[in-house]
Amino acid sequence: MQKYSIFNLVKNAFSGHQNWDLAWKDPTPKKEYDVVIIGGGGHGLATAYYLAKEHGITNVAIIEKGWIGGGNVGRNTTIIRSNYMHDDNALFSEFGMDLWRKMSQDLNYNVMFSPRGIINLAHSDAQMNVYARRGNSMRLNGIDAVLLNREQVKEIIPMADFSENVRFPIFGGLMQPSAGTARHDAVAWGYARQADSMGVDIIQNCEVTGFDVSGGKINGVRTSRGDIKVKKIGLCVAGSTNILAEKLNMTVPVETHLLQACVSEPVKPILDRVVTFGAGHFYISQSDKGEMVMGGDLDGYNSYAQRGNLPTLQHVLTEGIAMMPFLSKLKMLRTWGGIMDMSMDGSPIIDKTHIEGLYLNCGWCYGGFKATPASGWTFAHTIAQDRVHKLNAGYSLNRFNTGHLLDEKGLGTKTWIS
Amino acid sequence: MLYIKCPHCGMRSQNEFSYGGDATVKRPELDKEISDQEWDNFVYNRKSLRGKHWELWQHLSGCRQWIKVERDTATHEIFNTLKANEEIS
Repeated sequence: MQKYSIFNLVKNAFSGHQNWDLAWKDPTPKKEYDVVIIGGGGHGLATAYYLAKEHGITNVAIIEKGWIGGGNVGRNTTIIRSNYMHDDNALFSEFGMDLWRKMSQDLNYNVMFSPRGIINLAHSDAQMNVYARRGNSMRLNGIDAVLLNREQVKEIIPMADFSENVRFPIFGGLMQPSAGTARHDAVAWGYARQADSMGVDIIQNCEVTGFDVSGGKINGVRTSRGDIKVKKIGLCVAGSTNILAEKLNMTVPVETHLLQACVSEPVKPILDRVVTFGAGHFYISQSDKGEMVMGGDLDGYNSYAQRGNLPTLQHVLTEGIAMMPFLSKLKMLRTWGGIMDMSMDGSPIIDKTHIEGLYLNCGWCYGGFKATPASGWTFAHTIAQDRVHKLNAGYSLNRFNTGHLLDEKGLGTKTWIS
Repeated sequence: MLYIKCPHCGMRSQNEFSYGGDATVKRPELDKEISDQEWDNFVYNRKSLRGKHWELWQHLSGCRQWIKVERDTATHEIFNTLKANEEIS
């Protein structure tokens, strides 16, 4: 594989950048693989990469119905954080933070990781207490957390509304300084390029039409480009989990819901952190191009539409304007939607299933992007070793049966309620 | 914007409604022996398929009645609405 470096950049400049290698190939599916990963999103590509890199398993295919990186990894608001209270979530995410810090070097691809810090705003004394508790839990797990008072928050984000007569005054906030953002497409492309270079077949425009299961074991997968024999399949399809589960006669504790995001017209640098509104569901950061990147609530009903509806967007942006009034002056540049695999306790599932050779990775709700490296790493381990790693032991499928729920937000089973 | 025809009030905008999830999920009968799996299916497991979906909505800012709505989860087209006590045919 051609290394991306300043020397290669200069060298290729002499030939007008016409002779770069393709970043990944477009192979025809083989008849048989050791492992097939279904879903060419961030998590699927990362899984294939770590299967090859950490476990030496390179006879792997990624099967993607559309094009790689066209789902949620191409549609998210690029926030990376590990500000969780529960141990299972915190340790998993913080392991991921380490992988994020090394990712550009590791993949030889600039993912533009920008640890600019995230601030969750508090709007009451009670909320400050809750944040103090969460911050302490984070610090016990080795994650940086700083509790900020009103004046400290004002110093960092003076453009927020600090006037006295507002409905949700800013009391302070919880900051994770090491959190940040990354260039989402580069993550997908970086993993794809490295996986491809180690021998993984990335097969796009290939739809899974069925599975060959007999005697409780996976024997193969049927696709629109032919049948493939395989003993191990990793399901990594986020919002399409329910569709593939039905083909396997499984029901899963997941519902598919619609989440919107939007960006404003680009403006000069004003916001150098990620900020979330504490009295509703709204988050904002500024991209390198200057656009304000914003998102918030789910539309709130089951949907596969990948496009949003105006009432929710209006509601979300009302919160944004309450938090940062200058946003009302900005024009909207783009809005879009993606489909989320909402699990019944708000936490993901990375586990084996009752079918031998079938592994499940789903339930990321709206927090899947930041988990990309840790999800790929632990899912690769689970597939290669046929057992879960201690980092994803809490993300079991049967926790709903045994009562060991991981309800970080305490929302109960209706995680789509806002 | 979705427009939902409330069987009690007529056609109203989505803003007046709140969503209540899959309408075909049935609570297991309490006077029978119930397996853990049946409870799981009632509380957690969902089909959530692409296509026609019967679901519960509440006309929260209207008559406050719960209703059943048949909607396509891919196109958001609404085919049918029923009162809560009407059976899905």
